[in-house]
Amino acid sequence: MSGRRIFARPARLAAIAPYLWMLLFFLVPFGFVLKISLSQTAIAQPPYLPVFDPGQGLAALGAALAALSLDNFRLLVSDDLYVLSYLRSLEVAAVSTAILLVIGYPVAYAMARLPQRLQPIAMMLVIVPFWTSFLIRIYAWINILQHDGLLNQILLALHLVAAPVVWLSTDSAMYLGIVYSYLPFMILPLYATLARMEPALLEAAGDLGASPRRAFWLVTFPLSLPGVAAGVLLCFIPIVGEFVIPDLLAGSDSMMIGQTLWLEFFTNKDWPVASAAAVLLLLLLLAPLWLYDRLQRRQLETAR
Amino acid sequence: MMAGTPRRPSAFNIGSLALGLVFLYLPIVVLVIYSFNASRLVTVWGGWSLRWYGEFFSDRAMLEAALMSFRVAAVSATAATLLGTLAAVALSRGERFSGRTLFSGMLYAPLVMPEVITGLSLLLLFVALNAERGFWTVTIAHTTLTMCFVAVVVQSRLAPLDRSLEEAAMDLGCDPLRAFLGVTLPLILPAIAAGWMLAFTLSLDDLVIASFTTGPGSETLPIRIYSEVRLGVKPEINAICALVIGVIAFVIVAASLASKLSGGRGDSTAPL
Repeated sequence: MSGRRIFARPARLAAIAPYLWMLLFFLVPFGFVLKISLSQTAIAQPPYLPVFDPGQGLAALGAALAALSLDNFRLLVSDDLYVLSYLRSLEVAAVSTAILLVIGYPVAYAMARLPQRLQPIAMMLVIVPFWTSFLIRIYAWINILQHDGLLNQILLALHLVAAPVVWLSTDSAMYLGIVYSYLPFMILPLYATLARMEPALLEAAGDLGASPRRAFWLVTFPLSLPGVAAGVLLCFIPIVGEFVIPDLLAGSDSMMIGQTLWLEFFTNKDWPVASAAAVLLLLLLLAPLWLYDRLQRRQLETAR
Repeated sequence: MMAGTPRRPSAFNIGSLALGLVFLYLPIVVLVIYSFNASRLVTVWGGWSLRWYGEFFSDRAMLEAALMSFRVAAVSATAATLLGTLAAVALSRGERFSGRTLFSGMLYAPLVMPEVITGLSLLLLFVALNAERGFWTVTIAHTTLTMCFVAVVVQSRLAPLDRSLEEAAMDLGCDPLRAFLGVTLPLILPAIAAGWMLAFTLSLDDLVIASFTTGPGSETLPIRIYSEVRLGVKPEINAICALVIGVIAFVIVAASLASKLSGGRGDSTAPL
């Protein structure tokens, strides 16, 4: 019997604690979101919800089932506010992801072409901002973008504009903040695939008469598609539910779904509607999440 | 091989890399410089001063929030490192086991799951369990999120590791546990350390999940900063942010030093 198989049994035992933890604190809570999203708004006033009490036995279960309703979902799909915020979330995520890809690809490509000894340093430089607080980096941009902030001061000093430009509370500021925050998530998976690529492939394309540009589109780009997919999903999925960036940088005239959910929960204290919004958001993300899970698994588990 | 045509970076490559890095670092540098600004007006330069740092250290509410954040980050990062490492070992050494797909799915999903969903669902669980919200609920929530990052970091170090080392140890009479503790663990220690530090900084950083899962009277630093930032830019916030950046920079330098000292490769710090 091989050592590998002997080693596998205790290794499987290691799964028990994290498995139970994730079941209890990741999977089970979705059940509660679903349950509350089906309950009546009227009987669910803050601060605490009337929660199903198993001590009361089957009668309570029957009552709880009878109280289930799709009203919250009906509200969400019939109210323009919610429909629009879902659409806007998808639009913002799609546009930002496209910008991220256009900016991130050349940077990742350049990193992969650096001399071997410089590559870890470049990678470290891209990772460090990811470690720095998200909120602080958005705050840093507010410093720069505000009415008499650095950007307007520079533009005025260079006589590029006659009066201070309004940057804050605009879509441009929000896109800037999103692209800024998510750029490492786009660069790193792209770099990982580009760095693994065999240089001989490009040489072969060159020997066969392809111009560098043609070689890029015929060889490099198609081979980097797994990295593109990883980067796109890694950015798109969380951006759809983004709250902090649009809240601090975008105007208040149109909201993303994360903001709507936050508003329902914290301001309107309407937990059932907030839960229903979360369920719909999750449904929206199911397909990209599934794709991402498959990619991640292939990358981490089919060992090199 | 042809004389190195494809590998040399072009001017376009160097330009895009430089621009990308400037874009990533410029706002942080500006923030840190402005935190030393003596002027009360954030945008007018009034000379160098440590005034706003003093202001922070006399702000009781802010200090308490900072303390709370550090306690949550330390406890949750430690729990997450333990659980995440176990998960990584099970996934990369456990071969096939039932429920494996669900297990890895549950571990990878939180990495991209919008935080509003994770936060809301955990809060509803805590309410259902009648748990008093505060330090422990935030710590549990952060452990859940960050253990997934630890699992990925440790797993990316375990997967390419040569298994014949473990097998050799067992051929020489070690039982699996001793083979793991004596051979595998020292080799993945840099990744575990990097995982702990990543978990620590992620916890220190989180606003959304903490907002959902905390209770009245126990604010974390990001919650406190967020409510101030909504009211506009204040020089004191610049100083706090610069301090947080300083702490994180220290942690990163310590991490890379630790991984150098233990002979690990730098790439184990990669979060993805």
